[in-house]
Amino acid sequence: MSWIKDIVDPETRSWEDFYRNRWQHDRVVRSTHGVNCTGGCSWNIHVKDGIVTWEMQALDYPALDAKLPPYEPRGCQRGISYSWYLYSPLRVKYPYVRGVLIDLWRQARREHDDPVAAWAAIQNDPHARASYQRARGKGGFRRARWEELLELIAAANIYTAKTHGPDRVVGFSPIPAMSMLSYAGGSRFLQLFGGVNLSFYDWYCDLPPASPEIWGEQTDVAESADWYNSKFTAVVGSNLAMTRTPDCHFAAEARHNGTKLVVFAPDFNMVAKYADQWIPIHAGQDGAFWMAVTHVILDEFHHQRSTAAFVDYVKRYTDGPFLVALEPDPAHPGDYGAGQLLRANRIARYAGAENGDWKFLIWDKLSGAPRMPGGSVGHRWQQAPGAWNLELRDPTDGAALDPTLSLLDGREGTAAVRLVEFGSGRAISRAVPVRYVETLTGRVPVTTAYDLLFAQYGVGRGLPGDYPANGDDEDGAYTPAWQEKWTGISRATVLQFAREWASTAEATGGRCCIIIGAGANHWFHNNLIYRAGIVTLMLTGCVGKNGGGLNHYVGQEKLAPMAPWSTIALAKDWGVTPRLQNAPSFHYLHGDQWRYDAGHASYTTTGDDPFTREHTADTNVRAVRAGWLPFYPQWPESPLETAAAAARAGARTPAEVAAQAAGRIAARKLPLSVEDPDAPQNWPRVFYIWRGNALLSSAKGHEYFLNHYLGTHHNDIAEEAAKGRVTEVAWHEQAPTGKMDLIVDLNFRMDTSALYSDIVLPAASWYEKADLNTTDMHSYIHPLSAATPPVWESRTDWDIFKAIAKETSAQATRHLPGPRSDLVMVPLAHDSPDEMAQTAIRDWGRGECAYVPGKTGPKLAVVERDYTKLYERFCALGPGARAGLALHGVKFEVADFYDRLAADGPSIEVDGVRCPEIGDAPEAANAILALAPETNGEIAWRGFSFLEKKTGLRLTDLAEGARQARVSYTDLQSQPRRIINSPIWSGLVDGGRSYSAFTLNVERGVPWRTLTGRQHFYLDHPGYIAHGENLPTYKPSPRPEVYGDLGLSQKAATGPTKVLNLLTPHGKWHIHSTYGDTLRMMTLSRGCSPIWMNDADAAELGIGDNDWVEVHNDNGVMVTRAIVSARIPRDVCMIYHAPERTLNVPRSPLRGGRRAGGHNSLNRIRLKPNLMVGGYGQFTYHFNYWGPTGVNRDTHVLVRRLDPDEVKF
Amino acid sequence: MNIRSQVSMVFHLDKCIGCHTCSVACKNVWTDRKGAEYMWWNNVETKPGTGYPSAWEDQREYQGGWDVSSGRLRLRSTGQLRGLANIFHNPRLPVIDDYYEPWTYRYDELFSAPASDDQPIARAVSLITGEPIDIEAGPNWDDDLGGSPIYAANDPNLEALTPAQRAQMFEIERLVFFYLPRICNHCSNPACVAACPSGALYKRGEDGIVVLNQERCRAWRHCVTSCPYKKTYFNWANGKSEKCILCYPRLESGQAPACFHSCVGRIRYLGIVLYDADQIESAASAPEDQLIDAQLRMILDPRDPEVAAAARAAGIDQSVIDAACRSPVLHFVKDWKMALPLHAEFRTLPMLFYVPPLLPVLGNRDGDSYDASTPNLFGAIDDARLPIEYMARLFAAGNAGKVRAALKKMMAVRYYRRQETVGDIGAERVASLLAEAGTSREEAEAIYRLTSLPTFEERFVIPPAHREEAIEALEGPLEFKGATGFGIIRTPERGP
Repeated sequence: MSWIKDIVDPETRSWEDFYRNRWQHDRVVRSTHGVNCTGGCSWNIHVKDGIVTWEMQALDYPALDAKLPPYEPRGCQRGISYSWYLYSPLRVKYPYVRGVLIDLWRQARREHDDPVAAWAAIQNDPHARASYQRARGKGGFRRARWEELLELIAAANIYTAKTHGPDRVVGFSPIPAMSMLSYAGGSRFLQLFGGVNLSFYDWYCDLPPASPEIWGEQTDVAESADWYNSKFTAVVGSNLAMTRTPDCHFAAEARHNGTKLVVFAPDFNMVAKYADQWIPIHAGQDGAFWMAVTHVILDEFHHQRSTAAFVDYVKRYTDGPFLVALEPDPAHPGDYGAGQLLRANRIARYAGAENGDWKFLIWDKLSGAPRMPGGSVGHRWQQAPGAWNLELRDPTDGAALDPTLSLLDGREGTAAVRLVEFGSGRAISRAVPVRYVETLTGRVPVTTAYDLLFAQYGVGRGLPGDYPANGDDEDGAYTPAWQEKWTGISRATVLQFAREWASTAEATGGRCCIIIGAGANHWFHNNLIYRAGIVTLMLTGCVGKNGGGLNHYVGQEKLAPMAPWSTIALAKDWGVTPRLQNAPSFHYLHGDQWRYDAGHASYTTTGDDPFTREHTADTNVRAVRAGWLPFYPQWPESPLETAAAAARAGARTPAEVAAQAAGRIAARKLPLSVEDPDAPQNWPRVFYIWRGNALLSSAKGHEYFLNHYLGTHHNDIAEEAAKGRVTEVAWHEQAPTGKMDLIVDLNFRMDTSALYSDIVLPAASWYEKADLNTTDMHSYIHPLSAATPPVWESRTDWDIFKAIAKETSAQATRHLPGPRSDLVMVPLAHDSPDEMAQTAIRDWGRGECAYVPGKTGPKLAVVERDYTKLYERFCALGPGARAGLALHGVKFEVADFYDRLAADGPSIEVDGVRCPEIGDAPEAANAILALAPETNGEIAWRGFSFLEKKTGLRLTDLAEGARQARVSYTDLQSQPRRIINSPIWSGLVDGGRSYSAFTLNVERGVPWRTLTGRQHFYLDHPGYIAHGENLPTYKPSPRPEVYGDLGLSQKAATGPTKVLNLLTPHGKWHIHSTYGDTLRMMTLSRGCSPIWMNDADAAELGIGDNDWVEVHNDNGVMVTRAIVSARIPRDVCMIYHAPERTLNVPRSPLRGGRRAGGHNSLNRIRLKPNLMVGGYGQFTYHFNYWGPTGVNRDTHVLVRRLDPDEVKF
Repeated sequence: MNIRSQVSMVFHLDKCIGCHTCSVACKNVWTDRKGAEYMWWNNVETKPGTGYPSAWEDQREYQGGWDVSSGRLRLRSTGQLRGLANIFHNPRLPVIDDYYEPWTYRYDELFSAPASDDQPIARAVSLITGEPIDIEAGPNWDDDLGGSPIYAANDPNLEALTPAQRAQMFEIERLVFFYLPRICNHCSNPACVAACPSGALYKRGEDGIVVLNQERCRAWRHCVTSCPYKKTYFNWANGKSEKCILCYPRLESGQAPACFHSCVGRIRYLGIVLYDADQIESAASAPEDQLIDAQLRMILDPRDPEVAAAARAAGIDQSVIDAACRSPVLHFVKDWKMALPLHAEFRTLPMLFYVPPLLPVLGNRDGDSYDASTPNLFGAIDDARLPIEYMARLFAAGNAGKVRAALKKMMAVRYYRRQETVGDIGAERVASLLAEAGTSREEAEAIYRLTSLPTFEERFVIPPAHREEAIEALEGPLEFKGATGFGIIRTPERGP
């Protein structure tokens, strides 16, 4: 009975070559996928007979410490299916243009010899303009020649710059880290031109605002290998198996090394399967749970037993000991409000301190008096270096300090502080211990931020007030019993969790971490949810530790070689001050979504204050006027004309030009575009999309995009709500439609954005170009490489923008010859002295102060452009780079390396200066690698040397061992390389150590880039005090009845219908919209992007598994199939982010039989106003770093079953 | 003793993330062509669930594998004597509805659609008929669908549970799912080989890989019927059946199979096991509750000098014997008894093994709130959401003790490592947990290292084949060196 066949008769086995032949291939090339998945995986692309046949993961990552599991292999089901795209019928092989437009263009070109005149003729004919706008998205594409379309595009560029201003040319491309040169091609062109780059990380709601709030940092997190160092891991709103696919094994492997894993998710999902405990928390209520966890930890580990390690940590690394002034509450005599941090210059000892408004006080145990430690923002930007550090020392006299964390024992009295429990809306009054400080203006009661925490969390410590009697007090915020009604989770669960967490942290020195993601970050109050968890981490000493910290993974924001990259990408090497726009404000205002918004006060709970009462759009106007946020276009006239007018009026120097314009602005002679976004002179006009899906998966409020930007059909039926509620934004009775003159999409596939654009240019894919890729999930830098040349007529993004630059330059010789001054309006900037601009909220637009650029309002910078030299400059690394690079306040000298690039590599002479040539992407890659501290150890050493002077700390040892390290593009092609310790990142990686954020701060005493230089429990910006968010707190999600998504659609609904909260987590079969349209992923799922529903909810609606359903609200409609499962909780539905509306999507019976949309058809954005504040420590703008985010989780929809005969394609 | 060498795999299901990367890796290389669209040599199933093809485990329906009648093994599908008589009658063959009708989309219409008053789309169309299709089945239709009243509830393994236990599967306190990746089991007693009237299937002597000769296959499809795992597929375009080849072209050159290579959960281990082919019949005929033990007896310990000597005598290369001694499969299967075969009761002696998963503890409702608290740090295995009886149906022919022992050991290792790295368990408690699990600190350390820290080379311990010896049987390797790849002078060519 043997089935075994030996090789006795080899002929009978010669057929086995059948499969051996299939395995053969000709070439293997290393590349990766640039898709904002955070994977950054190294792939071997197999080529046979010139055709890419498949991809397999590379396994050759340089090893980490042997005590950590290795990284190999990295890659997922989506990445490994990528090769399908290359030759698929979805591939954009040639340039395409809408027939209506190209007919108009050819006609106009016949009539006008000059392309710019031809474009003008079309734009000046309202009928013609509307005709091609209405045709957007409705078929009728024609293949065209590259040359013809480049000419059209260049004409639109020149016409727009000349007629309206270059800041009407905008571009959207997300997440440079995923293919940084492809991003840089477009941004370099736009910034040389004077155009605008739209942000993405905040727009995607991937930015966690709690990170800048607390740490002054966009996002900084552990690489996934560091999860293995954690001994207690809480996974919150992050489906590791689904979205961190190549990293998930570290979590599994940690479990087998004795780590406890607790998963919080409303649905039983892929990662819940791993959990020791799955906590089926109500959707969006994680903040309430963490508030209660902190209550227990404060009570049991800080009060009942003062855990030495925790107390020491909080003293050194947080604002816990800093003194907060208590302000009498005029409305409630006897009560106080928690006010701002007590400024050092308010007491006699420090009255003359430089930047004294920006230095802060602790109560020093040794001297028994308030004293000022170094490390604050005021020390950072003062003249004398060396005081910006976390040493417990008064830098004015070097005296050692011992901060008093709580005033409880040495209190001079108590004060009742008024607090609001936003869940119930109840005001409560709780006593805190106080001391009195003699200030220059009188005696002021103060307490510490740490003492305020006890009051806020309801840990009474024997003090009077509305403190809960014990943890079982259900009304007492924020007890384990209190959280039950919000989370649906028992108090016993909270107690076990809190005790295990804190005792693990104590036993391991802070090896507890939170892995958190979009499931928590996409809610309106996401900053509070995150902050609640971060406070727990801070109180247990878990931040800045390997195995500890908040590990937020939503979006591949980490571009490791940021300093040289941003120089190239933003054309700073040519002296450009870039125009960088926060997309949430842009789309809210220009996209007219504000018109449908009744304002945040109608659906959120805040303190009652003039600042909190005003409409969100008005707050955005205030934010632009105050220099808190950017806004482009800047003003109704071309900024080229503004500069020219200033020159005509006698301005000679850039400073005089800026002063002239500032005078016109202050006198209200030059209004700001933000005040009237619907006036045609303020519209954005030309829209470039590349590397992204700007019109659907990146278009929250997609139907409003179709309506107001595109001017084509749409399915929104919402009623306008802002009229009469806005005072600072002009109201036009008729909302404009079709603001955009031209939409150009660079794409390798016919996605929804391509389908709706005017022009689609065939872009090379990730196996067809040279590029660089980094991520925060690991610490390697990866190449993209060309396994084949760009297929058919496609070109790389870098080369396409180079070609656009060339043609635009050519047309400029006639229309915009010679040097031009452009006046660029920019907001106050993080990591600069602008962080000390404003101590109070004042609006010069309302006469509350004078407009002083850079102080009370935006800065004005003159940029010298030459439109005839766009192409030359694009291709040369300009002399600005030689002068040095800077990032995060750290400066790097690079002149010798710049000269070496010019001498050893290709070079080019521009304006008489010999520059390194970067016209081809591999050259640009080498320039980045040669000048980045992360890939050139000498530059890292120089950066640490700079930081040594700034901090007075010894730091260069961190790069000493890597000083000789250099990496080139070809090195990366042979093997991924690990980054070097860098002063612009906060984690340390030497010796195979895994990266964990803020270990540099905790181990070496470098301050965080915040007000006090410490991690902040307390946020004392007046806007935060007004919004009741100065202390960590809980706010419930906006209710659907008032949020404004359901009014008309609920009235129109017939038959069985339910209101469900629509959750759109990242999915299993796509990365955003990419891969979701491949045959492979569709086959492994349901052939569509279904809606997941609870079985009981479905039964109520008569919906069975795989039935068609219509999902709708006032914003739009989606028609898809249902998946029915008890794993989804009731009252919630899920549509995984992000379907295309191009794949088998039927028409909507409820919207008159028009084609139904995608998940972004069902939402529109609301902005959270306190996230707009600026000019104040860590609350100071930086692109993708700070500002309101594009929240979308609070959306509700109506769901109904469709009969099969209602389904029409 | 008739010693044979077998390439064998362990799937550590506790680490499986259900990503399906393995499935796509396999499909890209082997079944990305006409007639093979629906072939998923590697697939991943959500359990509880019905799998692919639908309800494949239900042998009352499919009649795959073997049964024992009067102490003799017989194929359930035909029986060896009835085989010839019924050669034209194959009533238990899965039909397309048990798989799915493959489809694509008219993507090109997004480019070519004429101007109209609404947005064009790419319609779904059948890959068989080219006509628009209503998609109602797929190869992974019940993915993540634990808790589906339709799919999970129709899992044949749920018969092991009481009605009350079954009802709870759809309650929040107990709802659960996990993943089961499946390829051909490269059985020692393969029903597909036994059933083939053409003798097209065989088990390779040097590595135990079961292959299907593409020249000899005559489309009888009895392999499809008789394989209880439904891991042979009929190619409707060229009329040949095909199956997983364990990537022998890669293995022969020292590379891991594509599914293994791409396993991003790092759940897979590949190693050599030596076994005694003389025991196949007795092991496959053992009573159900002894099937696991019988198969373990059949697998030999290569570190035993007598076994090694016998293996050498049987012509097994020293490199293979050396690799067998370092085999991660040997450790998980024979040394630690943590990895178990899938559905041993099918009696094909599957040579791939699964470490069963730990699962989150069940919860309790406490009034309006859900209580997830547990009396100890990691919860107890008997409080896991999925009853052990279910897992025993999958991995131990119903012998729950085998599954419990594996899970207990895994949990003891976790507590041991907790004590080593945090120190909050207590040395005495750890010692007693290890003793109860029948393990030692040394073994626990080894289990931990191979579970958490293995490098690729520690998970993949297969020596490259001596292909020069195989080739030499046909032609001189030097001649081969000069001529290989010239398809025109070699047959068969590159493929149909």
